[in-house]
Amino acid sequence: MSAPAVGGGRWASLWGLALVPLLLLGAVLAYLVATGGGLKTLQGPPVEQVKVGRVTLPERGVIQVQVINDGPQAVTIPQVMVDDAFWSFTARPAGAIPRLGTATLTIPYPWVEGEAHNVALLTSLGTVFEAEIPVATLTPQPGRDLFVRFGLVGLYVGVVPVLLGMLWFPWMRRLSAPAMNFILALTVGLLVYLAVGTYLDAQAFAAALPAFWQGTPAVLLIALLTLGVLLALGGKRKPEDAPLGLSYRIATGIGLHNLGEGLAIGAAFALGEAALGTFLILGFTLHNITEGVGIVAPVVRHRPRLTQFALLALIAGGPAILGTWLGGFAFNPVLATVFLAVGVGAIVQVVWEVSRLVARNTAALGAPLVGWSTLGGFTVGVALMYFTAFFVKF
Amino acid sequence: MSWWRSLLSRRDVLRVGAGGAAALAGSAALGQGGTHPAGHTGTAPVSPVPSTTAHAGHGNNLMVGAVNHKRNGFDPMAMLTDWDWGKVSTLPNGQTLREYTMIAQDKEIEIAPGIFFPAWTYNGRVPGPTLRCTEGDRLRITFINATIHAHTIHFHGVHSAEMDGVPGAGPGEIQPGGRFVYEFDAEPFGCHLYHCHATSLKRHIHKGMYGAFIVDPKEGRPPAREFVMVQNAFDTNFDGANEIYAVNTVGFEFARRPIPVQKGELIRIYLINILEFDLINSFHLHANFFNYYDTGTTLEPTSRIVDTIMQAQGQRGILEFKYKFTGNFMFHPHISEFTELGWMGSFQVVEPDAYPAALKAAGVDAGWDQRSRQGAAGGRS
Ligand SMILES: [Cu+2]
Repeated sequence: MSAPAVGGGRWASLWGLALVPLLLLGAVLAYLVATGGGLKTLQGPPVEQVKVGRVTLPERGVIQVQVINDGPQAVTIPQVMVDDAFWSFTARPAGAIPRLGTATLTIPYPWVEGEAHNVALLTSLGTVFEAEIPVATLTPQPGRDLFVRFGLVGLYVGVVPVLLGMLWFPWMRRLSAPAMNFILALTVGLLVYLAVGTYLDAQAFAAALPAFWQGTPAVLLIALLTLGVLLALGGKRKPEDAPLGLSYRIATGIGLHNLGEGLAIGAAFALGEAALGTFLILGFTLHNITEGVGIVAPVVRHRPRLTQFALLALIAGGPAILGTWLGGFAFNPVLATVFLAVGVGAIVQVVWEVSRLVARNTAALGAPLVGWSTLGGFTVGVALMYFTAFFVKF
Repeated sequence: MSWWRSLLSRRDVLRVGAGGAAALAGSAALGQGGTHPAGHTGTAPVSPVPSTTAHAGHGNNLMVGAVNHKRNGFDPMAMLTDWDWGKVSTLPNGQTLREYTMIAQDKEIEIAPGIFFPAWTYNGRVPGPTLRCTEGDRLRITFINATIHAHTIHFHGVHSAEMDGVPGAGPGEIQPGGRFVYEFDAEPFGCHLYHCHATSLKRHIHKGMYGAFIVDPKEGRPPAREFVMVQNAFDTNFDGANEIYAVNTVGFEFARRPIPVQKGELIRIYLINILEFDLINSFHLHANFFNYYDTGTTLEPTSRIVDTIMQAQGQRGILEFKYKFTGNFMFHPHISEFTELGWMGSFQVVEPDAYPAALKAAGVDAGWDQRSRQGAAGGRS
């Protein structure tokens, strides 16, 4: 017996032992599929489940409905009703939609500009799945003009308010140490508000995903994973070492949050809900101005260059532009959910970092960590976000 | 609901009324004026769309495809003239005896192209057989329950309490595997119906347990081309509201295949409303007026020269009219919702020499034509 043979034998037995359960599992599955495993009598009536995805109005007199089958078996949609009337339609691909499959239904329906419509899909078992068109209007088609306009909307609600908020920087530099700590506590407050808001938005998108995506737990898990990765990356870092780095991380977290805002605005315009229009843009601009304060708060004792400010504003506000484009032209609820969940993790991570900064400053000032000053700052931060949100909630 | 609905309600941003000043400002700001180029491309049809020439001007308001009547075992077009006279014999006292067998059966039926409904039926069809007899005949109906639920047959008419086919009267509900013989004299003459009266009543009716019960007057009615139309509907998702409306079960069937008739001949329709979940139904005839016999229990019209009549649940009557012009003429309830949900059809009115071709186009034969004229003759011609 030579040494290599022993090594080879060990290798074989190691992997053989690992494979045994898998082979047996395959046998059990094959048995279940082939024979029903003696459970045939337990089989209930067929279950049909489909999710209506994007509903678009690509041209006058045409409705397009995307259908995703997230049920356990194939589903056929032989008839379609629009506004309580059976209507002709074509499906691509035609025929039954397999599990996890997608089909696009094109319905030649004379929809009415500015009015609400209802699309109902009848499956072969007579189950009805409905989709609403709250305000019918042509779905914006990607074009240079609209691209620029959507970009402008993103600019107004994202980049501009963040830049304006940064203009408090010279004033903040003249504040006393306790006052500055108050501002940092305020930053924590507004970041916590953003974390909660972003989490709820992510859950709203997640709830509407086909069931197989398991969106609700996924949001929490992605957020936790993001938080973990960011904490691990910043594990050796002390907040006082790189205040500018902290500003960049705050800007990134806020940026992901603003991406969600952009998605919502773009999607709303795409759905014809243009009612929000200028007023909503004004509201978001006002709401987001405090974000600029939060971003520059860690660097008041330093002298960042102007280009740094510009870059920070772009990182925090720019995603709103991207979000508006995505929401308006190519909405993808799965990606939206993932982005927002990542945003939650990123924001929570910077909450952690800024809180450490606040704790350090409080200790240096000889004040308790949770005292009237820090609690007051936190409350003002949350309240600012909460009350300015009144302008964008109807 | 779809993702954006929840998005909108979540973010609560979009409750400003459409058409408001803000809406105008918003769409103006984005230049959504409706001048975008068409971005949509052609798609492959899911199934053959029937020729639009058969649809008297209702455009795309149709069902895609066609129902497999062979698989169903019944055809709404054939049902129009499918009188069941029973097994006829004469009793010692000289009275005509008509014997029928009605079997309750569970059966999945196709009520619209590709849509299947778990029906409860009499003799495997919805509506059940059109029982036809003459006033004063003795009727003996053997009912066999071959399902797993209790059922009855309740006949509209005059009969003893134990023959009423309701729980608590006579044998009450006939249990699975059970049988009962309903026996009574046919009176009064008219356009009646029968249906299951087991509890829960709504479910037993809307699942399909009903049919026409026509009692002809002794003296008969004038010769005419006769049809029976049972107005029914189906709640496919069991939410207490109907998804599909029809006469003789299959939505838009007579829009796909207009009923052939001849110009100038008398047409008589036995119209029955057995709708469940909706209070009323109605019938409107295009380009024509008719005489109406409420419940069919008179020989004189109860309404003359009308073009729309209304029937509540369980109501029925007889319509008589002639067509002055040839062409395709719609009929439907003047309840637009039901019309668009399948209860719509048309008559194809032709000159007599064009009639054989029209029969062929409707997919029926000379036998159907003969049966359509046989009813008024008491089944004897
Ligand atoms: Cu019954």
